[in-house]
Amino acid sequence: MKDLKDLNFPDDVKYTKDHEWARKEGDLITIGIDDYAQDQLGEIVFVELPEIGAGFSKGDEFGSVESVKAVSQIYIPVSGEVVEINAGLEDAPELVNQACYTQGWLIRVKPSQASELDSLMDKAAYLDMLKG
Amino acid sequence: MIQQPGASGLIFNESLVWEKSRKGRCAMSLPKPDVEKSPLDADLIGDAPNLPELSELDVVRHYTRLSQWNFGVDSGMYPLGSCTMKYNPKTNEVQAGRQGFAGAHPLAGDEFSQGALALMYQLEQSLARITGFQAVTLQPAAGAHGELCGMLMIHAFHAKNGRQRAKIIIPDTAHGTNPASATLCGYESVNIKSGPEGILDPQTVAAVMDEDTAGIMVTNPNTLGLFESNIKEIADIVHAKGGLVYGDGANMNAIMGIVKPGEIGIDVLHLNLHKTFSTPHGGGGPGSGPVAVGKTLEPFLPVPRVVKELDTYRFITDRPDSIGRIHTFYGHFGIMVRAYAYILSMGAKGLTDASRLAVLNANYIKESLKGTLNLPYDRPSMHECVFNDEFQKEYHITTMDMAKRLLDYGFHPPTVYFPLVVEGAFMVEPTETESKEDIDQFIRAVKSIAQEAKDNPEQLKKAPRLTKVTRLDEVLAARKPCLRG
Repeated sequence: MKDLKDLNFPDDVKYTKDHEWARKEGDLITIGIDDYAQDQLGEIVFVELPEIGAGFSKGDEFGSVESVKAVSQIYIPVSGEVVEINAGLEDAPELVNQACYTQGWLIRVKPSQASELDSLMDKAAYLDMLKG
Repeated sequence: MIQQPGASGLIFNESLVWEKSRKGRCAMSLPKPDVEKSPLDADLIGDAPNLPELSELDVVRHYTRLSQWNFGVDSGMYPLGSCTMKYNPKTNEVQAGRQGFAGAHPLAGDEFSQGALALMYQLEQSLARITGFQAVTLQPAAGAHGELCGMLMIHAFHAKNGRQRAKIIIPDTAHGTNPASATLCGYESVNIKSGPEGILDPQTVAAVMDEDTAGIMVTNPNTLGLFESNIKEIADIVHAKGGLVYGDGANMNAIMGIVKPGEIGIDVLHLNLHKTFSTPHGGGGPGSGPVAVGKTLEPFLPVPRVVKELDTYRFITDRPDSIGRIHTFYGHFGIMVRAYAYILSMGAKGLTDASRLAVLNANYIKESLKGTLNLPYDRPSMHECVFNDEFQKEYHITTMDMAKRLLDYGFHPPTVYFPLVVEGAFMVEPTETESKEDIDQFIRAVKSIAQEAKDNPEQLKKAPRLTKVTRLDEVLAARKPCLRG
């Protein structure tokens, strides 16, 4: 596993304590797991995503990520309805390892309370949390 | 130089029996018929099964060669944590092979099965006595099935009381199958964290226990190999709100003859005969997961139940509150014979000594290796101890690398990456059946591997190299599984 300084945490996304990220893209919010999470998990072999149209409240489990080491639940950073899922992960789950903020995104949701995004951590706060 | 058990040797390739099959080749000749031919009903006749045709020597070589690719407890130490891979005494096999047991037929009827019924009855009584409960069912096929059986009884108990509940409390140190068993009963798992010392804090349970919660599932000793010493207080909290306590007895090997779960607030407990009671395990045979209950849950036990009336035994099914049948016939009977043989040959003192030695062996390993591997919870442990790869991180060596390398030294790897509460867990359970000499050899092997992690990390990355197949590409296997031969 890498040192924190070798991990990539972009400024344009918000972070959760469970290592998901969320990015506002127009009216929608794109969600994935961050570089720390993919590095900890190691080689990801399967991603389980919800159905399009499913509704979740902030903090609900919306899927799971399976690596050779473990299966980890993933929790939704903001409440809303799933409008799109990254179907490409079914055949290429390694995209989450290779490009977790871009091609390795997980779901897009239409938020029911857009303000929830503001309550998530920015890069500085998230790094502070990781450093403990 | 101390010799390790692992060495290289000639291993044979072997093809599938189908590939070795040649038309007309045969390993047996049938005796001439001594009764008249009796034609079968037309609806019983179908095509002959497509079976490989082989000589006896083909078959003997096939299975001998396959067995040489394997690693079993008969070949070396198998310290797979939380699995209790103890040695299975050969007398168990002798008893199970006796014609009266091996030839028993489940449709023979009570009258012609008195010996088998007596054995089941006596085994139930023995397990009830060992665990401190009122009654036992032997039906469940294995541990997780026992969990399901126990949870179905808890579900039936709440239904009988007129109000079903929605949730079940499961700590992070419970066995991984617990939430699945609860979910199958329609309960939502409420996960709680163990305290800093690796055991449950009663306050954590009190904070979530309410009248909509069916109970709690506790693995004790837990998956960190620690005894949940607050169990009585936790049970009182759960009982006060009308809930029940499920005990996962998979780790019973640490406490036989010392603690009776039925006397410390647990309402229902499953046992793994294939762990604690020395019946075959893993690929070696079917499991068996008897469930023991106190008075509260006894009416809900599966049917049929075996009862003794004067000197005869029979099955009864007339139990209106029973959850019903959960296995065809009566469970895995051949396994019950082996477990009963073990209990009788050990005796009460022998079983207690087994637990004591299992705990002593685990603590000996824990103390011997704690400077070599990181020990996240440095407390006296029960029958297993959990290390991790924190000390090896600077050399980029993981628990997986060390586990694979142990194979080259002639040891089965321990459990890795479980329990989840310890990152990079390396969980060792030596069991009582290993001698001090063998345990010392294991300790030296781990120390030697830790030294290699510093001096020659590349060697560990490529391990194992003495096995028939070397390091497998587990990522490729998981991403692109090949599910057909």
